[in-house]
Amino acid sequence: MPGRHAAGPSSELTRLSAAELAEALRAGRVTSVEVTQAHLDRIAAVDGAVHAFLHVSAQDALATARDVDARRAAGEELHPLAGVPVAVKDVVVTKGMPTTAGSRILEGWVPPYDATLVERLRAARMPILGKTNMDEFAMGSSTEHSAYGTTHNPWDLERIPGGSGGGSAAAVAAFEAPLAIGTDTGGSIRQPGAVTGTVGVKPTYGGVSRYGLVALASSLDQAGPVTRTVLDSALLHEVIGGHDPRDSTSLTDALPDLVGAARRGATGDLTGVRVGIVDELNGEGYSDGVRARFDESVALLREAGAEVVHVSCPHFGYALAAYYLILPSEASSNLAKFDGMRFGLRVEPEDGPVTAERVMAATRGAGFGDEVKRRIILGTYALSAGYYDAYYGSAQKVRTLIQQDFAAAFEQADVLVSPTAPTTAFRLGEKLDDPLAMYLNDIATIPANLAGVPGMSVPNGLSDDGLPVGFQILAPARADDRLYRVGAALEALLESGWGHPLLAEAPELPTTVTVPTTEESIR
Amino acid sequence: MSSLSRDEVARLAGLARIDLTETEIDRLAGELDVIVESVARVSEIATPDVPATSHPLPLTNVFRDDVPAEPLPVDDALAAAPAAEGGRFAVPQILEED
Repeated sequence: MPGRHAAGPSSELTRLSAAELAEALRAGRVTSVEVTQAHLDRIAAVDGAVHAFLHVSAQDALATARDVDARRAAGEELHPLAGVPVAVKDVVVTKGMPTTAGSRILEGWVPPYDATLVERLRAARMPILGKTNMDEFAMGSSTEHSAYGTTHNPWDLERIPGGSGGGSAAAVAAFEAPLAIGTDTGGSIRQPGAVTGTVGVKPTYGGVSRYGLVALASSLDQAGPVTRTVLDSALLHEVIGGHDPRDSTSLTDALPDLVGAARRGATGDLTGVRVGIVDELNGEGYSDGVRARFDESVALLREAGAEVVHVSCPHFGYALAAYYLILPSEASSNLAKFDGMRFGLRVEPEDGPVTAERVMAATRGAGFGDEVKRRIILGTYALSAGYYDAYYGSAQKVRTLIQQDFAAAFEQADVLVSPTAPTTAFRLGEKLDDPLAMYLNDIATIPANLAGVPGMSVPNGLSDDGLPVGFQILAPARADDRLYRVGAALEALLESGWGHPLLAEAPELPTTVTVPTTEESIR
Repeated sequence: MSSLSRDEVARLAGLARIDLTETEIDRLAGELDVIVESVARVSEIATPDVPATSHPLPLTNVFRDDVPAEPLPVDDALAAAPAAEGGRFAVPQILEED
């Protein structure tokens, strides 16, 4: 691989995809301890500059790796990804491992249970490298709203890695982890994927259990894979996906054959696939470089045999407005549990009587950051007497119209496509004082969450500023396999043109050894 | 649509149980006013004939058999509590004294 990162046997391992690592482990060419240690070394070397991790669980990861190696040596039948390490966004609860959701209010909290998806990672015996940085409670598009410092984009350390899952995307882009878990409420997997040159998938709503996710907006939240290749996303999606009786919104259908779809797509043949360009998710507000890469990718899909049509989703222009009513409303209710009574921070008021109500207000005043306060108060307003019908009620009607737009579009096309984000990564701090400008980053990703349909972002080149651009693919609910077929085809066609994966063009990162490799939090 | 006044923000913060400083109230009033004005456009297309949707996919309630299972041990549940006493969460006074 024509990478420009430092050479050496250990760094070579961090350049491999999860599928390649799985094959090397199965064939006995490498041990899980070697693979896991290589990634811990990489974290130690570059995370001082990237700050993708809030917590590195080196001892836990190495214990899992040793166990896998022993079982493999004994001839035990193991999961295909056994021994391949993974990073987990800090919004997912992990037993015995700190979970903060990027908030001061949960500083030091160690959950007493595992999220279902973490149980599944552990059942597959995948070493968990640690917890990744994020905007506080997943509210943001830049990871600048984390209470524990911002994550830096590996392509340009002065720029944002996207958000809210900037930590997971940056960890994967910086070769600190081959795989990561993200969550996507309005684009928090896909938009970071686009701006870091990685693959991110938001499964169909209910496709991956939400049990053990710190809820932001329960009707929108969905966990999914963050990886460097489409096949790796399919492999990870199959580990974490599927019905969970502990999540009442979990789909009962069997997962489609995602890995099979990715392998089929990688042949580069899309004969008979109808691809719909969403006219409303292109044009004004999208940068020239983003639009140029999008047009080139569509041309590649056409050459691969796809039938390309234009579809109109006339109500998508209202999706952002509806989202910023529905999300704050649901968040204001979900975040009521942070009351300083049972876990997390407790702050007593400076004066006056120490009642539960006043302790709750003091705790939340001290423990929540600006964006969280902004959205809780916006949600409280949207749900309050006299305004409910005009705001929350209207937003729910817009949601119906957006679902109808999708239904009509999917009669004309098997998948819909658009740029994932309107621009490449912006500079740190650039939009921090303008919440509305920040919200516009998710303009192309939000409709999928409102309708519950699955979406993927695939890196499709560099813009004229040398920064990565993402291509979004959307499919009907429960047809996640279509994302993998089309995504893998596009990836194969693009990489055969470039001669290498896009991330091979990322600059070398400055290395420092400031991060502990032992069981220790970084902050 | 009405604009968000400083007093309104203070009232909402009270409802949401979040102590805000005077500076925070000033800043939020300005920011929220802009956001509310922008999101209010949902009413342009939310006509009476359009049904509301609260959830992305059709859902029915889920029932399960009432089977005894091992709960979270009390010590684990209390391990992260700011204060605990006698196997319970210890919380500040809930009712005002009269």
